[in-house]
Amino acid sequence: MTPQSQFTVVAPIGKDREPALRQLLATMNKVPGVADPNNASVPFGEFENLHFARFALLDDPTQGDIEAYGVRRPELPSYLAFLGDCDGPSRECLVEIVRRAGPALREIFRHCADFEADGDLLSWMMAHDLPVAANYVNWVGRTVVQIKEERALQRALAAKVDRSAVTSGAAARQRRSELIAFVREEIAAGRLSLTPPSATPLGWRLAKMTNLAAGVVITLIALPVLLLISPLVLVALRFHEDRDPEICPRPDAALLRELQNLEDLDVSNQYTALGSAKPGAFRGALMTVVLAAIQFSCRHVFTRGFLARVQSIHFARWVSIDDRQRVMFVSNYDGGHQAYMDDFINKAAFGLNVVFSNGVGWPHTEWLITKGSRREHYFKYFQRRHQLPTQVWYKAYPGLTLIDLSRNARIREGLEMANPSDAEVLAWLKLL
Amino acid sequence: MAEAPMNAPAPGPKPAGPASGVDAGDIQGLVRFGFKHHTEAVFLLLRVRDAAAARAWLAGVPVTSAVDANPVPDSALQIAVTSEGLHALGVSADIVGAFSQEFLDGMAGDPSRARRLGDEGPSDPKYWIWGSGERVPHCAVLLYALPGCLEARRLAIEAQCAAGFELLERLGTTDMGGKEPFGFADGISQPQLDWGLTRPASDRMQYQYTNLSCLGEFLLGYPNEYGLYTPRPLLEPSRDAGGLLPRAPEVPGCSDLGRNGSYLVVRQLRQDVSGFWRALDRYAAGDAAERERLAAAMVGRTRPGQPIVDPSATTLNDFTYGADPDGVRCPLGAHIRRTNPRNADLPDGPSGILSRLIRILGFDAAARGRDLVSSTRYHRLLRRGREYGTAVSLDQALGGAAAATDVGLHFMCLNANNQRQFEFVQNAWIVGNRFNGLHDESDPLLGNRRAGPGGTPSDGFSMPQSGGPARRLSAVPQFVTVAGGAYFFLPGIRALRFLASA
Repeated sequence: MTPQSQFTVVAPIGKDREPALRQLLATMNKVPGVADPNNASVPFGEFENLHFARFALLDDPTQGDIEAYGVRRPELPSYLAFLGDCDGPSRECLVEIVRRAGPALREIFRHCADFEADGDLLSWMMAHDLPVAANYVNWVGRTVVQIKEERALQRALAAKVDRSAVTSGAAARQRRSELIAFVREEIAAGRLSLTPPSATPLGWRLAKMTNLAAGVVITLIALPVLLLISPLVLVALRFHEDRDPEICPRPDAALLRELQNLEDLDVSNQYTALGSAKPGAFRGALMTVVLAAIQFSCRHVFTRGFLARVQSIHFARWVSIDDRQRVMFVSNYDGGHQAYMDDFINKAAFGLNVVFSNGVGWPHTEWLITKGSRREHYFKYFQRRHQLPTQVWYKAYPGLTLIDLSRNARIREGLEMANPSDAEVLAWLKLL
Repeated sequence: MAEAPMNAPAPGPKPAGPASGVDAGDIQGLVRFGFKHHTEAVFLLLRVRDAAAARAWLAGVPVTSAVDANPVPDSALQIAVTSEGLHALGVSADIVGAFSQEFLDGMAGDPSRARRLGDEGPSDPKYWIWGSGERVPHCAVLLYALPGCLEARRLAIEAQCAAGFELLERLGTTDMGGKEPFGFADGISQPQLDWGLTRPASDRMQYQYTNLSCLGEFLLGYPNEYGLYTPRPLLEPSRDAGGLLPRAPEVPGCSDLGRNGSYLVVRQLRQDVSGFWRALDRYAAGDAAERERLAAAMVGRTRPGQPIVDPSATTLNDFTYGADPDGVRCPLGAHIRRTNPRNADLPDGPSGILSRLIRILGFDAAARGRDLVSSTRYHRLLRRGREYGTAVSLDQALGGAAAATDVGLHFMCLNANNQRQFEFVQNAWIVGNRFNGLHDESDPLLGNRRAGPGGTPSDGFSMPQSGGPARRLSAVPQFVTVAGGAYFFLPGIRALRFLASA
């Protein structure tokens, strides 16, 4: 199995360079909102380990909100972010991107304040690759190559299968055998390929096990302390919740239109948002603990197609920037924006509140998990107002949702299954 | 103990009249009544010619309220306005700007909305008869009348409003006896409004599907399904010097321009009746019974209205799909299953706290498989559409003689939140070609059949079978084309007078 990784290259934009940078980024798009996979600058489609990528300008119009908390507005720069989700180590993916698109990347990063035109591009990008506070991968181990091969398999089988009703277990088996033979022929003819999964890297497995053990040990040690101080924490929490200002004005109509123009051009969409962390030690500590807990559960628990009840997120990550003064959240999700937000409200409000209520202006929560994003229109205004247009967005498998990916994977599993029962054969035929 | 009987929704209380806190006299009748006795109807789409004269007419025109009338009046009149109309009437920009963004943008207002609503190809707003560009109506006068009473009333109203308005379009209607033009009984599934305010204004998980909707889902100024008040224009009392408007319940002292009002969505849907039945006849290879079966699979009901998921159901709106999770009895993509999935907030299962927690955290794999559709109660529409054109019989349709007939539905629905209700249903459930885990198909009746985002086909239709792969129809033609549409605000009657006085 090939684990996934990500890169988050973030660098401040040079003074007055933003308009030119916007123009340059726009040349990579087929239409606003979707990158041309074969664009002349960064031909995303050539990188067979790259799932998603984006360029976004992190220009935060909500920075002044923090003044409502009695804190002076800090002077924070606008950034250029270049993000990607890859199969295997992200460094290898970056090496490949730099190798094939080095000059174009230099041209882009030349608009950043601290870019060294003569320096080593890869080192500069690695130096600006921020650590991720929490990272979610829908299905750990599912590679781009696998996704594309299984899509071709599903299409071939769906077109081939005899759709008349199956009358007996033997008939179902017969039908499956014919399809297996058909796939063998297609593979032999080079029209299909089903690459076996690679071995899981030992280092990755060791690191994961160590992390799990460390997490358990830390939790066991911290638990008594947490229980002991929990009354105090709850009192402090309620104190802050009652007092933290809610800042949820209606988002600007022009911003909304700009965002919507970039959406619904594929069955999946992108989301990039930026906000300030609430000031003070309590919220700072709470945010740190919560993000660590999310990262831990995404690494060990939510690795197989769902993040609690939400089954529509391909990749998501939280990244602290500006020395934890701000947090960026980005995701790639299936369906329309409205449906995505309704999923958040109706299926995972508690999870959203636990982390985002530590952000400036979040709708009022109670006991960390209630209210908050359940305050529907306050939440919807909040998230749109904090969202930033994603100038360039790439997805390696347009037209495919996570439901498609998981169905296609099950089709392949069923094809390769050694001794399926009649029921399993029938269930497999239904997938087609 | 199981949470829900698999095929029955939660029993609702008997329909109640408006509670004491609900001023039916201030609410336009359309919110409470379908005016079914008034089988004749015409919708006049107007543009302001002279703002002062238009306001003067709106200030005095008799509007039928939601108060029970016995006997029913000969005719009923309702008024709705678009955001362009509010501007044209001279309402202050800051007041207009406090209405919802969808209402301000308009249905044909920008390409991203057309994309979300599926208004592309032949349904592109640029081809619309009305509703786009210079042909966006300012005001709609909805006239309903008992048989034989419409013509005189219409002439009188058109004469009265001529000083202030010019007539953009006159949308006639046809009484097709409760059937839509394809021949199916229509208007069976409707939410029941909680006029009695029996649902508490709070935010609680609903473990069973219920047809009883919070009043605030359809009327502004009342708590919605989240226990919240949908945003709407609230005015400083000084802006309402005459005290014309009701007060906002949640913001003491504020005048409430939205209260007792609703957003009205109108879409003119042209139906290709001949194309529909001839396509089904091809799929059925000329077998009449099979043709009928396929048509029922697409709709989710037989022509008389029996839900195919439960042929034994005695009441036509009293069922869920809980016992048919795979769509073997009623395809997952059937029209009525898409537009009203009848699910609850959490996939059903045992009612113990632990079981619920497991489902809430996503650890129940079977429940996850039944959790692909958003909770229905946040996405209900109160439909008030009327058919238009000349009804086409099945024989005529199969003969192809009626191919050029302009017949269809003036789809109309009321909701408090165009984005969460109408636009969501239209986008995620009707246009969406990934509804409930399906692929390569959109709504079998309403889909535009164009390749969806990412180049995915949308012109299929699948019918799961208990044994083997789903039966699939491919290259399903487009049966319905959008020929016009607009977002209106259907104000409370006091709000209408206020707008006319502004």
